Amino acid sequence: MNSMVKSVIKRELYSYFATPVAYVFILMFLVLAGVFTFYLGHFYERGQADLAAFFNFHPWLYLFFMPAIAMGLWSPERQLGTIELLMTLPITQWQAVAGKFIAAWLFAGIALLMTFPIWITVAYLGDPDNGVILAGYVGSWLMAGSFLAIGSCMSVLTKNQIIAFIMTVVVCFIFMVSGVPMVLDAFAWAPQWLIDFVAGLSFLTRFEAISRGVIDLRDLIYFAAMIGLWLYLTQWALQRSKHQ
Amino acid sequence: MIRVDNLTKQFGEFTAVNQLSFTVAPGEVLGFLGPNGAGKSTTMKMLTGFLQPSAGQITIEGINVLTDPQQAQAIIGYLPEGAPAYGEMTVAAFLSFIAEVRGYQGSEKQQRIDTVVAQVELQAVLHKRIETLSKGFTRRVGLAQALIHDPKVLILDEPTDGLDPNQKHQVRELIKGLAADKIVIISTHILEEVSAVCSRALIIADGRLLLDGKPHELEAQSRYHNAILIELENEQDDALATLRALEGVDSVEELEEGRCFMLFPQGGKLLMRELVRVLDEKQWPVENLHVEKGRLDDVFRQVTHAASTQAAAV
Repeated sequence: MNSMVKSVIKRELYSYFATPVAYVFILMFLVLAGVFTFYLGHFYERGQADLAAFFNFHPWLYLFFMPAIAMGLWSPERQLGTIELLMTLPITQWQAVAGKFIAAWLFAGIALLMTFPIWITVAYLGDPDNGVILAGYVGSWLMAGSFLAIGSCMSVLTKNQIIAFIMTVVVCFIFMVSGVPMVLDAFAWAPQWLIDFVAGLSFLTRFEAISRGVIDLRDLIYFAAMIGLWLYLTQWALQRSKHQ
Repeated sequence: MIRVDNLTKQFGEFTAVNQLSFTVAPGEVLGFLGPNGAGKSTTMKMLTGFLQPSAGQITIEGINVLTDPQQAQAIIGYLPEGAPAYGEMTVAAFLSFIAEVRGYQGSEKQQRIDTVVAQVELQAVLHKRIETLSKGFTRRVGLAQALIHDPKVLILDEPTDGLDPNQKHQVRELIKGLAADKIVIISTHILEEVSAVCSRALIIADGRLLLDGKPHELEAQSRYHNAILIELENEQDDALATLRALEGVDSVEELEEGRCFMLFPQGGKLLMRELVRVLDEKQWPVENLHVEKGRLDDVFRQVTHAASTQAAAV
């Protein structure tokens, strides 16, 4: 990997762990993931050796946790003026955008990996299909990446972290629910291709497919394209702010 | 060499920098002077590739900043206004990040950091978080990151703002002590700083270049240039009239009745010979006699005020 991108990633990760924020974040994430899995997901009552109860709630967890990470990507840099320092170092906009995103994505990955006791639990209690579980983790991480890429773009648009957070939640929510029947019913008037398109934009449908263990290339392309598109928009917004 | 041609920056309807042109040669320490909002910081942001100009060209050491910003940024050290830094990082970690981005690794990196830490005296706070530091130390951290790669071009936006007199002195000595082949641009609204460190000054107001010259040349434009302050030991009734009648005197300001006067010469000529002759003739005992070099703040006010009234008239 490019050494500039690596330096940016290193610096970002340093900042995550230099304050209690990272630890509080991971702790809260684990607590909520546990609560959702065991109480709302009825992990024990289902009596099945899989992690469906665990993964099913990830989109909803991410809806709030990922914007909370992403709001810190650019807004504080703009607020505190460090963006002027960063963008006058010999770093390209792409290197900065990629470095920051990858750091946030790695951080989300760390939080996700910390949920490994749930896998130990299910492996201890039964004989789960580890391939499906691995697919679930991969799908979950990809979805986290898409949320973060959207958040990166929202964060670069405003100095205010709260505004960035709220805008990210709203946009992510739209992408989540675009596949549910209620939304699709509202498009009843539309031609079939449009309905399919809207349904195809949904995180939920894609993630459910992957977390059932079906890794379809199209779903992978979808997440990669989402990340690529929103990072491209981030860079575009950065470039625009240079021109003001 | 820095070459700036017809540099213009508009924010919507507002023109922050208006057709600014100048060149800076290696070895020069250029001072940007101007009232707040004159366009100093905006110009620096364009020089460093942070903002894209609306029109005009900038080349630094032959590199076009507008088309190859990273190449230019590699040879520039920049202290942005307010010395922003990542507050949650320790000074050591922050400088290590900057050094890495500047392309240093391993022992060379450590050596660059050690050099710059010694240069701006940061040893005492090396392992403290930047957000816990005083304003003076924060500013020095900003200077350290700008100097870490021993840049050919150093651009410092208000480097001594918020420092105490000792720290100011230290920073100025540092700037003066930089290698003679560097280009240094500093912005300031502290005029004494210009006389103290700059080899050349530009006065900017409303985004336009108003004056360009060496500090002593600018001082020479002051009405205080070669003015003489004279303080007599005791009051003389005819002093004012006598001094007014002196050849070459334009006007006399009476600072203390019959005793203390400021003599303004015609066309900035030195009056001393005439004055000494009269004093000798009158046998007035003199307590204090002082020739003014000229006051930069006077020139500054004169020039920027004229510009703003002109702008208001248009």
